[in-house]
Formats: sequence, C-alpha cells, structure tokens
Amino acid sequence: MADTAISVEHLSKAYRIARSGKAPDRLTEALVARARRPFHRREFETFEALSDVNFDVPWGEALGIVGRNGAGKSTLLKLLTRITAPSRGRIDLGGRVGSLLEVGTGFHPELTGRENIYLNGALLGMSRREIRARFDEIVEFSGVSRFLDTPVKRYSSGMYVRLAFSVAAHLETEILAIDEVLAVGDAEFQKKSLQKMRDVAKDGRTVLYVSHQMQTVSALCTSAVYLDRGQLVHHGSVEEAMTAYRESFETFSAQQTDAARRPGTGELRLTKVAVEEVRDPADEMSVEIEIEANPELVGTYFLSCHVNDDHGTVVTQCDSRLVGLWLDPSKPQRVTLTVKDLWLKPGRHTLDVFVCQMGILDAWRGAAAFEVLPHLPYPELVVDEGVSLGVVFSDFEYETWGES
Amino acid sequence: MGRVVSRIVITPPGALNLPRFRELWEAREIFYRFGARDVVLRYRQTVIGVTWVVLQPLVTAAIFAVVFGQVADLPSGDVPYFLFAFTGMMAWNLFSGVLSRSAPSLVANQALVSKVFFPRMLVPLSTMLSVLLDFAVSLVLFVVLLLVNGVNPGWAILTAPLWILCALVLASGLGLAGAALNVKYRDVTYVLPWITQVLLYATPVAYALDAVPDDIRWLFDLNPLTWLLEGFRWAFLGAPQPAVWQIWALPLTAVVVLLGGMLVFQKLEREFADVI
Repeated sequence: MADTAISVEHLSKAYRIARSGKAPDRLTEALVARARRPFHRREFETFEALSDVNFDVPWGEALGIVGRNGAGKSTLLKLLTRITAPSRGRIDLGGRVGSLLEVGTGFHPELTGRENIYLNGALLGMSRREIRARFDEIVEFSGVSRFLDTPVKRYSSGMYVRLAFSVAAHLETEILAIDEVLAVGDAEFQKKSLQKMRDVAKDGRTVLYVSHQMQTVSALCTSAVYLDRGQLVHHGSVEEAMTAYRESFETFSAQQTDAARRPGTGELRLTKVAVEEVRDPADEMSVEIEIEANPELVGTYFLSCHVNDDHGTVVTQCDSRLVGLWLDPSKPQRVTLTVKDLWLKPGRHTLDVFVCQMGILDAWRGAAAFEVLPHLPYPELVVDEGVSLGVVFSDFEYETWGES
Repeated sequence: MGRVVSRIVITPPGALNLPRFRELWEAREIFYRFGARDVVLRYRQTVIGVTWVVLQPLVTAAIFAVVFGQVADLPSGDVPYFLFAFTGMMAWNLFSGVLSRSAPSLVANQALVSKVFFPRMLVPLSTMLSVLLDFAVSLVLFVVLLLVNGVNPGWAILTAPLWILCALVLASGLGLAGAALNVKYRDVTYVLPWITQVLLYATPVAYALDAVPDDIRWLFDLNPLTWLLEGFRWAFLGAPQPAVWQIWALPLTAVVVLLGGMLVFQKLEREFADVI
C-alpha cells in the first residue's frame, strides 16, 4: 500500500429525505406506524451529498477544498474527520485526524481557560501528557495568560477565539482539518495562525482546508480539489482548481440568463440587467434593468438589487421600496439604478436582481458582473496591510487638534 | 519518514458492530475530563462550593431518618430501619443516578457530537464519575453510621465491589441505549423519569422484601434490581444472603444489558451527527 496521508476511494454520502409526510420523530409515532404496517419500509428519497469521490493526498501537502455552497465540501470534511459515517466507499487515513471545525465548540463557558485547555485538548485527541507538555506554548500563543483562571464566559470574543484556536493549532495529529476558521481574530493573530498552519505542513503533516476565501486557499495550500454538486471535478494545483471554481460561476450565470431556469413564480421576468464591466472603486455605479409586461398581474411591484463581492458577501441591498419606487406591471419597464457613495474593494462583483410583490416573481442571481480595478481611492499608497481588512472602502478623514 | 502510527480505515458501518475498544481506551482522557467537568460545574458559582457534595447525602439521609424511621412504620428486618433505608438509597442512587444522567447526555452535548469526532460512548459513560463521587461520600457517611449503630456486616462486605460494579454496568447499559435513542426520539427525556419512578416502587428500596405479599413475590424475584438491592444489604448490613442463583444471575444480566446497550448505541451512532 502506498504511503499516502489520505486515500479516498469511491466515497459517497447519501442522506435520506422522507418522501411521504415526515419521518416519525416521536417514539410513539414510530411504534404506531410500525404496528399498523409491520412490514412496510418507509419510502425515502436519497440525496447524494457526495458521490463517488476518489483522491489521494501525499504527506506534507496542504489541500484546499473549494466549491460553491452545497457542493459537499463540509460533508467531505465531516467524513474525513469521522464525524459522520460514509454510505459507500473507503477512506484510508495515515494517522490521527485533528479537526478545527468550528473554533470553541469544545469550550464550556463556565470552565476556566485552564480547564478548557485540558478538556478541549482531550476532545481533539491529545493525551494528558501531550497537553501538559504543550500547555505553556498554547497559553503563550493565545496571549490570554492573565485570565487562565477566569471562566471563559467572561472572556471577550476575541480572547475566546484565540484560546480555542491555539489549542487546536498545537495538536500533534498527523492530519489537521480546518473549516474556515482563519477568518477570526485581529490581523496580527490571523497572520500568526496562517504561519502556524504553514509550519504544520512543513513538518510533513497534512492539512485539509475548506474555505470560500480564495486568498487564504492560495496563500496556504499546495494543491486543491474542486467539488461541484457532490462530484470531484478537479484535483491538482491550486490555480487550476481556482480557475475551475471561477468558471463554474460563469456557467451558472450563463444558465441563469434563461428566464425559465430561474426561480420565482415567473409572472414577470427580467429581460435585461446591464452594468459597466470595469470601474474604479469610488465610481458611481449605474445599473440598467428592463422588465417585461404582464397586464394580468394585479397591483404594483418593486425591485431589489444586491451587490455581492468575491466572497459572496452581500455588500449592499438596494430595495426600491426604500426610495418609494413601485412599478406598474401593465407595461414593460426600463429602470436605471444609480448607486452613489459606495466604495467597493478591488475584485469581481456580481449583481442579483429580484422582482417582488408579495412573493418573488423573478430571482436572477449573477445577472451581471463587473470588475473593480485595483486602484486605491485614496491620495496615498500604503502596503497591503493598510487596506487588507474590511468589506468596503470608505470616504474618511482625520483631523488633528494638537495635543489634547 | 518512518511513521509508526497505524492507518485508520473508514468504511460504511455494518449492521451490528461493537465499539472499537482500543479507541475507547486511547480516549480515556475524555472520559475523565467530562466527568471532572460535570463535578466542577455542579458546584461552580455556589456559595459553599464543594461542601454541597457532603451536604446533599447528609440532608437526604436526615430526611429519610425522619420520614421513614419516625413517621412511617415500615418493616426492615433485623437492622434499624434507618440503616436499612440508607443502604437501599445508596444502591438506588447509584443505579438511577447513572441512568438518569447518561440518557440526556448526548443531546446536552450536541454541539460536540455534530462538530468533533471522539468515541461518543464516552459522553454517557463519563456521567458515572460524578455519581461515583456522590456514592463515595455516602459510603463514608454510611461507615460512620455503622460504627455508631454497632452493626457489623461480616465477611459479606467483601462482595461489595461486585454489587457496585453490577449497579454501574446495568445502569450504563440502559443509559447507553437511552442516550442513543434520545438523539432521535426526545421522548426518552420525558418517559425515563416515569420508568425510574415505577422501578423505584417496584424494587425493595424503602421496604423489605418480606413485606411483599406471597402471591406476587415471584414478580419481585424476577426484577434484577431486587437482586441488586438484596446483594447490597447482604454486603453492607449483613442481611441474609440472597439466593445463589441471584448472585450469579445479576452480573450475567448486567453484562448482557451492557452489551445490548452498546449494540443499540453503535447501531444508532452512525447517524448521530446527521439527526441530532
């Protein structure tokens, strides 16, 4: 057998969804149902969260797992960390898997920092001796040494997260699985964490990293798998996986131009959403929107336009009700939406446009996309550190008043 | 790189599978930490803290003494009624304590169950530590009471560990099954207190077996908890020895119940993270 850190063969995970009515979740219901039809097996629809996934990960690799929401990333990680059992297939792990699925899960608010280090360490698979040996290192890394004997419920959320991360980061397992936790703490701590993760991989151990954040995946990982609807589409270099991931967004938006494939009742459909494709961060944005007519529709309707950034975060929601715009469905409409004073950060942005009345008539996600150029809307240039945080830029000013 | 760690192979679970005992042993630190957490949490943010550990059984015993010793006039055989009832209470608390604390334990720790992997069985099992602590305190109190009353249990006291172990094993088996079922069917939380209450009345905890009418005596003889209580009183009070078949049947039943509980637990365990 090859000495791989992880070998996954024909791995599938199916969830059962009850077809008729709901599954009995009370014992009496289950018993009554069973008594009525003793040999009847409930009918289920199966939903394959992962199907027939195969890959090998050599030692010392940092593997990024990317994919859209619901692609099966977290399911894959849950299977690899043994939280849930596979339906089919085989996973062969070269050693213990430590997981950092959600920071602080194993923490109990009433226990002190010290007690939580021991409890959490044990949960993550460390022996008492291991924890004791690394105790000082953990405390130092987290920087909460002064509050070790305070119940963690009195910690600030930053301290809490730092301590939890430190425990997990000092795990000595051969494989370490992480689900988007690096987005915690202040910039300095994030940097420290990222470095720690790199050290782990350098040690010849293996890191699995699930994230939406392209930047961290590129910064941390040496290879990546790209999942799409439960299938492994790509396994190879990080760049290739990223390209595949980006393309999937384009395919998705291409499909969405076909109004019949979009969600919503369809009583009214958007016919056009257009925006300038390239812009500077502080430019005014104008979106042209056209909607068809439906004389049979009663009452008026409104629009809502969302601007999303690269990570899928909704940066702003422009709901026409807020500015008192209601449209008449009896004739086709042409609308121009102008957004002022919104300073977007460089990168790709997408627009989602919704046509709504009581419910949603048409939902067009990814209706248009545009690129914000990497120009800073500020008079001075600074190193990346000065602009790396935050979702948007803002128009700010400092005034000095001498000594206070 | 010479790695000495053994490989772990994960495959879909079979229909009947016993837990991986080696894994349980390797994760014993969790068992201990959970137990310690339960004890610490019970008395944190209380004014008198650990004193509660001693105070609780003491007060319970005092209530027992007044209610049963003075008010009710229940038969207790040769020994003072108070001691008789106290022994019953110790045995019963050991059994029902483990059962009633382990059954809701998985649901109470659902964040952990759905986010972190560790042998889940340790969650219900670890509840026995805090119950054992209470038992230990009661035991010390009991020894004092024995000395004060001048009761000598005789050599039968040597069998005491057996009865304690049987109580733990029996309760753990039921507790494991209860905890696993509770993940999917929360009804267990509501039904279990009734069952324990019925069992409390159906078991000679507060009364002697002699007080049971002869025509339904066989029913009591079928109850493994009766064997447990009789065993406890034999060991701790020097009461008449229970029938030999009962002495054999109890450990056997306990082990069978534990194995059954483990199988139920393992069978349901695969979907814990999905349904909890």
